[in-house]
Amino acid sequence: MLLAGGQGSRLGVLTRNLAKPAIPYGGKYRIIDFPLSNCVNSGIECVGVLTQYQPLVLNEYIGSGQPWDLDSTNAGVRVLPPYQRSRKSDWYKGTANAIYQNIPYIERYHPDYVIVLSGDHIYKMDYSKMIAFHKEKEADCTIAEIEVPMEEARRFGILNTNEDGSVYEFDEKPRVPKSNRASMGIYVFTWSKLRKYLEADEADPKSSNDFGKDVLPAMLKAGERIFAYPFEGYWKDVGTIGSLWESNMDLLDPNVPLDLGEENWKIYCRNPVMPPHYIAKSAKVQNSLIAEGSNVYGTIDFTVLFSGVSIAPGAVVRDSIIMPNTRIEENAVVQYAIVAENCVIGKGASVGARPEDIENKEEWGVAVVGDGCVIPPGAEIPPKAMIDRDRLEERVGKNARK
Amino acid sequence: MRGNNVLGLIFSNVHEEKVRELTENRTMGSVPFGGRYCLIDFPLSNMVNSGINKVGVVTKGNYQSLMDHLGSGKAWDLSRKREGLFLLPPFEGESVNGNSRVESLSCAQAFLQNSKEEYVLLTDSDTVCNIDYGDVLAQHVKTRADITVICRCGRLPDKICGPTVYTVGPDGRVRDLLVNPRTEGECCYGMGMMLIRRELLIRLVDDCVSRNLYNFERDLLQRNIPNYRVFSYEFKGFAKIICSGVAYFEANMALMLPDVRAQLFDPSRPIYTRVRDDMPARYGLGASVSNSLIADGCVIDGEVRNSVLSRGVRVGKGTVVENCVILQDSVVRPDSRLNYVIADKDVLIKNGRSLLGFESYPVYIAKGSVV
Repeated sequence: MLLAGGQGSRLGVLTRNLAKPAIPYGGKYRIIDFPLSNCVNSGIECVGVLTQYQPLVLNEYIGSGQPWDLDSTNAGVRVLPPYQRSRKSDWYKGTANAIYQNIPYIERYHPDYVIVLSGDHIYKMDYSKMIAFHKEKEADCTIAEIEVPMEEARRFGILNTNEDGSVYEFDEKPRVPKSNRASMGIYVFTWSKLRKYLEADEADPKSSNDFGKDVLPAMLKAGERIFAYPFEGYWKDVGTIGSLWESNMDLLDPNVPLDLGEENWKIYCRNPVMPPHYIAKSAKVQNSLIAEGSNVYGTIDFTVLFSGVSIAPGAVVRDSIIMPNTRIEENAVVQYAIVAENCVIGKGASVGARPEDIENKEEWGVAVVGDGCVIPPGAEIPPKAMIDRDRLEERVGKNARK
Repeated sequence: MRGNNVLGLIFSNVHEEKVRELTENRTMGSVPFGGRYCLIDFPLSNMVNSGINKVGVVTKGNYQSLMDHLGSGKAWDLSRKREGLFLLPPFEGESVNGNSRVESLSCAQAFLQNSKEEYVLLTDSDTVCNIDYGDVLAQHVKTRADITVICRCGRLPDKICGPTVYTVGPDGRVRDLLVNPRTEGECCYGMGMMLIRRELLIRLVDDCVSRNLYNFERDLLQRNIPNYRVFSYEFKGFAKIICSGVAYFEANMALMLPDVRAQLFDPSRPIYTRVRDDMPARYGLGASVSNSLIADGCVIDGEVRNSVLSRGVRVGKGTVVENCVILQDSVVRPDSRLNYVIADKDVLIKNGRSLLGFESYPVYIAKGSVV
């Protein structure tokens, strides 16, 4: 069960018309390709995707599930939005409630175990090993955990474990973390147990219907067997502009252990129908990831280019992410920025800045241009700015009045 | 959908002898082209984009790679319950006659007879172009033609294999057809595509077979020009006939021109191909690329100039690849030098090798070779 209904409000303009799992990543993927491909590669052929916030793009993207081989007859991927019932219809009130509302879907397949995933992490993981661990420990719930730097531990749900790996405490964003082992938001449940707790949780009017806040603490309190499954490898929460940017840049770093080219653990996606990309004579390209359908005439360094992007002669793009079908015109400079789909950066415009060039480090951050923005020639978008179509019109209007 | 009433028929094996090296283990239709395509992608996508949704692919030999490429036809949206993609391999026991296209058609009789479409579009798979067959059909109907042949005007391409040259009247009606004549200057020559009424095609094929005549151009077309309304449709857009190793090389190089790419890969009429799920191409520190076409899955740490790299090609540090066509999954290790080379799939070029060809004679390295 893949939770894909979150708004991802910390991603600002990027998630205005798009659910977070549908955000483009890594030149040709969307975030949801990672959990979906992990499922298929792990031999899980029955996936429910729970959608609620802005599902149009996501629905179209998932379609029949064919790109992930999830279009088989008796299994496959199903998009599960909240629906009307004869009594008591409601939106998904929380992560646990979303699963609760889909008990009938799960029951159709009579599973022994259910794995709950979220649609906002970039990682490659073999879930079958985690399920084997769950069986071996005869656990009721297994939570995947990863070591994070101690200073960042406060941002995560921290798992405090006994020596045998069983969890005795679940600390959601603790002020003083006791360990640096964070929950990855991946849970394997024994279905009969989970069903019981979901029903109990639903009956409790005070509950916020959340896995981390309500269901897991309740299971812990009742003394169920909860284990932590240690995961080693690349894992990144891309819930913020900073982490989304960093995670894309990680693909350009040969020392980061995330190889999308791995033959036996491919990340599948819906491929654009475009010719190979073209690098012109005037272009300079280094340390970059470029998808098919792009045309590069300018200079590119440490950049991720999605399909159908064009970079005009004299334009410079550094340390940035340029999403599908965006056009960067002559002599424009884009630095430390995320430019969303179908934008135009006008001639000589500048977006973002290098941290070295900013005196007050507080003012620096990745600049974000929302989808469909047309940045007029010569305009300047400062670092840390977040521009969408409405705000851009306001700004241009103001300048015109001046 | 203008082409709904048209049945597509693609000959995947024609003129293979002209690019012997590339077709040693594959059909003409499955010759890789342009970094991620196979030649058959062009006629197939053109048909689909023109609204044709039933396509038969006639094969003769070596069609394993072709079947592998086509699969169920899903990539072209031809995996359908009704209509879709049909592979038409030969039947056993038929005698082999020089130009066996008539024979292939007679083998495909059942397919032709069981189809309901009024017209059939026949095409070879050795031409790279983006053509709207809807326009051809519109002209065919307007001129009340029995047969419309698609042709180009200009000088005959070098080494073209048995070209058909037409004498066309001012009204577009074909007066005469010559096979492989001596020509000087410009002429009107066939592109190996024609539109014909399905029932007429069946009748003409039967007629040829019953007279033991098996040459498509001479016996089926030339002989019948006085008897039927044969018209020509001139295609003026970019087209390149792959009629020799050099032509193959030139056609790849032509893709560097923005105008050619705009015509061939018009976003409103895209060329579909089989998906491979490679990651986007990765450029390392010290990579230097100019005037090149690079497909997904490439990893480039060296220098690449005026080249077409197919999916999954690796270019090592310090290596210079210039004026080359490198096909799928080939690896060029560090400190090598390649100039005017066509490297087939899965070629490995080890450290420090130097391979130099010439524009009129590119070096060809066979599939899976280790240099």
